[in-house]
Formats: sequence, C-alpha cells, structure tokens
Amino acid sequence: MRTAGIDIGSITAKAAILDTGKILGTRVSFTGYNVEIAAKKVFEDLLEELGLKAQSIERIVSTGYGRNGVAFAHKAMTEIICHGTGAHYLNPRVRTVIDVGGQDSKALLVDENGAVKDFVMNDKCAAGTGRFLEVMARAMEVNLDDFGALSLNAGSPSKISSICTVFAESEVISLISKGEVRENIIAGIHDSAASRVYAMAQRIGATPPIMMTGGVAKNIGMVRALEKKFNQTIEVSDLAQVNGAIGAAVLAGRL
Amino acid sequence: MSTQEQKNKRKFRSAGRMREIMTEYYIEAKSASQTGKPVAWITSGGPVEPLIVMDVIPVYPENYGAMIGASHMGSDLCAKAEAMGYSMDLCSYARADIACALENGGPIGGLPKPDMLVCCNNICGTVLKWYEIQARYFNVPLFIFDTPFCHTGFSDAARTYVRKQIDEYIDFLETVCRKKFDLDKSIEVGHRSIQGQRLWQKVLDTATHKPSPMTAFDAFFFLALIVTLRGTQTVVDYYTELLDEMNERIEQGIGAIENERYRILWDNLPIWYRLKWLSEKFASHDACLVADTYTTAWCGTMKYIDENNFIDSMAEAYTRIYLNIGVDEMAESVLGMIDKYEVDGVVMHSNRSCKPYSFGQYDIQQIIQKEKGLPCMMIESHMVDERSFSESQVDARIDAFMEIVSQRK
Repeated sequence: MRTAGIDIGSITAKAAILDTGKILGTRVSFTGYNVEIAAKKVFEDLLEELGLKAQSIERIVSTGYGRNGVAFAHKAMTEIICHGTGAHYLNPRVRTVIDVGGQDSKALLVDENGAVKDFVMNDKCAAGTGRFLEVMARAMEVNLDDFGALSLNAGSPSKISSICTVFAESEVISLISKGEVRENIIAGIHDSAASRVYAMAQRIGATPPIMMTGGVAKNIGMVRALEKKFNQTIEVSDLAQVNGAIGAAVLAGRL
Repeated sequence: MSTQEQKNKRKFRSAGRMREIMTEYYIEAKSASQTGKPVAWITSGGPVEPLIVMDVIPVYPENYGAMIGASHMGSDLCAKAEAMGYSMDLCSYARADIACALENGGPIGGLPKPDMLVCCNNICGTVLKWYEIQARYFNVPLFIFDTPFCHTGFSDAARTYVRKQIDEYIDFLETVCRKKFDLDKSIEVGHRSIQGQRLWQKVLDTATHKPSPMTAFDAFFFLALIVTLRGTQTVVDYYTELLDEMNERIEQGIGAIENERYRILWDNLPIWYRLKWLSEKFASHDACLVADTYTTAWCGTMKYIDENNFIDSMAEAYTRIYLNIGVDEMAESVLGMIDKYEVDGVVMHSNRSCKPYSFGQYDIQQIIQKEKGLPCMMIESHMVDERSFSESQVDARIDAFMEIVSQRK
C-alpha cells in the first residue's frame, strides 16, 4: 500500500511517500501563509519528482500545526504521535525523541512498539526553538546553515543568562559591543537553547537511546550542546527534518 | 432521535433555577444599601457561616472574577490594573477585581460596596494584600483570618491559634454589625452548612456512574451556590433537587456527553473564558471530564467537622483545605479521586494566577505516573486573563494527549 504523510510546520511544509513501509521519497518547502496551498504544493512536487499520480496514494495523514487545514488528508494526527512513530520507524531502539521545530520544542518517550508513553512541550516561550536560533543568527549576521558549525570553534562559550528570546537578543548585542569573540557568543546561544530543551526533557525522564528530529536537528551546534547536557550521544538521521511526515505516512498505513 | 433532541435531553433542568437563585442573590446584594443589610466581601475559602448567622450578605470577589472571565471581560480589566501599576504576574482575579472597584465596571455593573472585608489566607497569600488594598480603597474594616500552612498534619498549637481567631472574628462581627452573635442560630447554620456540603459531595459522586451524568464543566457552573450561600436553606433545597435530577439521568442512562469512552480528571481552577471550547474539544474526543480537584474543595474537609460543634471544629476544617496542605497530601487526594472516578488520564491547568494550586503540579504529576501510570497533560494559562491562552498550542496538546489516552485503552 502506498501512503503519504504531510507535515505542515510553522516555517516549513514536509511530505513523505511510503510504499509498503519503504520510503519512496521526501520533500521540504516553505509553508508561507496558506496552509492548504503549501500542503498541496509540497505533495504535488514530491509526486512529480517520483513520477507518481495522486490517485496512486491510498491513504494520507496530515500533521503539524497546519494539520487541520489539509483537506485532502484522510486523517489529521498530532506531531507528537507522528514524531514518535517516525523515530521508531527509523530506529526501533530509540526511547526518547527530542523534536525541535520552528516554533516549538518537545520531548517524548517511546516504548518498544513505537507508542508514545509521555510527552512534554515548551510553554508560551520561543526560547529553545528554531525561531530563537533564527533570531540570534540574524543578530550575529551569520547564515543559519553555518550557525551551528561556528559554535564548535568556540574557545570558551559566553554565558547568556536571559531565557527570553527578546532579552537574550539584547544580551547578545551587548556582548558584541563588548568585543566578545563571535564563536564564543554563538556557542553561548546554543548552550542557552540546549539548556531549555534539556530541562524540559528531564521533566518526563528522558532515557537513552535519544534521537533528535525536526529542522533544528540539522544544526550541529545544537546537537553537540545537547549531547553535552545529556552526557551521551544523540542520534540524528539524515531524515530528521522529515521525520514527522514519515511518521504520518507510517500511521496512514494503519488507517 | 435527532442530534438536537439528544442535545436537549442532555440539558439540565436545574440550570434555570440556579440562574434565578444567583440573580436574586445579586439583586439582594446590590440593593443592600436600601434594605440596610450589611455586605461583607469574603475570600472563597473563608468561613462564611458566621456572616450568615449575623444576617450579613456575603459577596465573593472570586465568584465575580469567574463571571468576569466567563463574560470575556478579564483581559481588559487586567490590563487596566496593570496600567494602575499592578504586575502582570499577579492573580488575574485580584487584578480584575481591583480594576473593577475603581471603574464600577464589569458584569452586573460591579459589586455592591462592602461594609467590611473578611480575608482568609487558606487559599493563598495574595488575598492579604488584595484585601488590604480594598480595605483602604473602600475605607472599611478588614478581618484577617490567618490559617497556618499544614505541611504535614495539624498541630495542637495551630488548632489553638486558629480557634482563638474564631472568637476574634465573632467580636469583629458584633462590633461592625452592632448586635450580638446568636449561638443557637449558629448551630442551625452549622447544620445547614454540613448538609449543603454533603449534598454537594453526593452530586459530585454521581459522576462515578458510567456514563457520567455530569462533567466537571457542569460542576464549575453548579458550584456557585456552595461557595456563596453555604449555611443557608437555599443551598440545601437546591442541591437536593439537583441530586434528584442527576439520579434521574443515571436511571435513564443520560450521559453528559454523547459518547463517553474516556474519563478524565481536571486539576486546578477552570479557564473561565474557554469553558465551552474546552468542553467541546474534549467531547469531540469522546472524553468526559468526570471530576476535578477544584469543585471538591468545598466539601473536602467535612471529615474534620463535628456537626454538633460546628463553630469549634470549623477551625480545623478551614485550615486543612486542599490549597493549604502539603504536596504529598494533595497527591494522595488526587490518587483517591483517580480510583474513585476510574479515570483514564489527568489534565492539569498550570494556572499562572494561582501559585499555591499550580506550584506542586509537576511533583503530583510524577506521583500519578509512578503510582497509576496514567497520562497527564499540562495547559498553561490564567483563569481570567485571556491574553495568556494560546489556542493552537492547547489544541495540539489535547489532541496528542487524547491520542495517548486512546492508545493505552
């Protein structure tokens, strides 16, 4: 059976198509302001890329913040279940999933069958999310793709004490004006975001093996900072950003 | 049967009577200046029975706070209080009430001016400053009933300390009202208070039935009387009627929601401006909020009351209420409710307004998970200030929580 998962996040839209449990392809594009158009576009582009017709997809599950706006999906499910299922699909040994996306971060515990046992999400605060890193990268005038890697070259990371994105930005600006080494500030920013995510994950008692998913998993600085906090390696798949869409496609097969 | 007919069947006959009683109550309170009856503002957990004995009309800024929240006036009033210099981190009941007093605004054109204030700190520390502010503003006498926090148990020293204050409270009332406290009447009022509490507990207990005839959202509504008019015959009569209706519903197999598959326990105050949304949201998942820790608080300490010695024993009962005990005891009571109502999950409102209620929730959550292995979820908000509610986040959390609850069942 051919299934699809559509994950509409706050910043990017993701699609994955599976054939009897095997990934045929995945795709990422920007969400923009219209969820329905973004969902259609990412799905149709992926179909075209794979040379498939929409009719050949039997079941579709949507997820992410825009999940209820995807009219062509058979069912909408939350990103919690989809990330849990996706991570279990990629590596069945994984017991904790840390998903850091554009506007939220979450941690979830997965059992040996891939069922989510417990989860926790950030509250009304952007610290520890992709948006936080984006704002900081802009303040540092660094391309987001290079942001994480630069943090690895820090001699001694600066201390960013504000947990609020807006206040942390002014703290960063004041460090810049004091002439602090750029890499140190960037490492400090990653430390600060990682502390937030770590503290949140500890609330549900994160247990290894840990996998990181979501767009921020592409940021090596964030992964390393989290590894330091957890004092263990964190698995990151090449498919981390589309993990939610993969999980949705797996769940579509069970409808 | 059509959907509309089914909906009508689930409506409560007693809801209309309740609205009538509350309207009459507020009309009486608002016209007190003409009738010459004194008005006391009192905190929700305060000992109201002596006021009933003295024919004083008790008025509850917190009950009014709930009305403000439900009528979506909370954000504006809170913002006004902030403009006056009060911090956004303060309780939203306090902010809304302080702003209302100044404006004479809010629902029903504001509360009647108090002749005295009675503040009991068994629910929080904020009420002390809140009532001091109002006492200065209205220039009326304030009685503070100080109930020490019961980390574990209730010591003899605490008992003596609180009991002594009941005498002081009576002295205060005699001075302000310029009349004697009628001891015989106080025995009657004590009986009626206990009777009312017993009936309220019985109403809540009907939710142990499957399907439950009522949800916690209904309890939030029916609660108003036990809070405001405890000790009067009105409460006893009304809850007798309501209990009959609940039992009829059980006999006729009428559930509070269309298709009860999951039973949920709610912790903390309601989010007053989102009751309908939340109730529909949970019902869409076939989840019935069968019980809550909040409405139980007005009948939770009956075990400490000696019916034949109400005035003496109320010292202990008012001190050991749910918000004035340690986290272990709170957790114990939550675990008891989980068993009693056979719930499948727990929803906790982490209420930025109510620190004593919200502070131990993560610990209680862990205890629940360890002892019962039940899924728990948190909703961060304020009970009255709508600016703190983020619909899409809460929506996603409830969906995910219900996915987990259904996976387990």
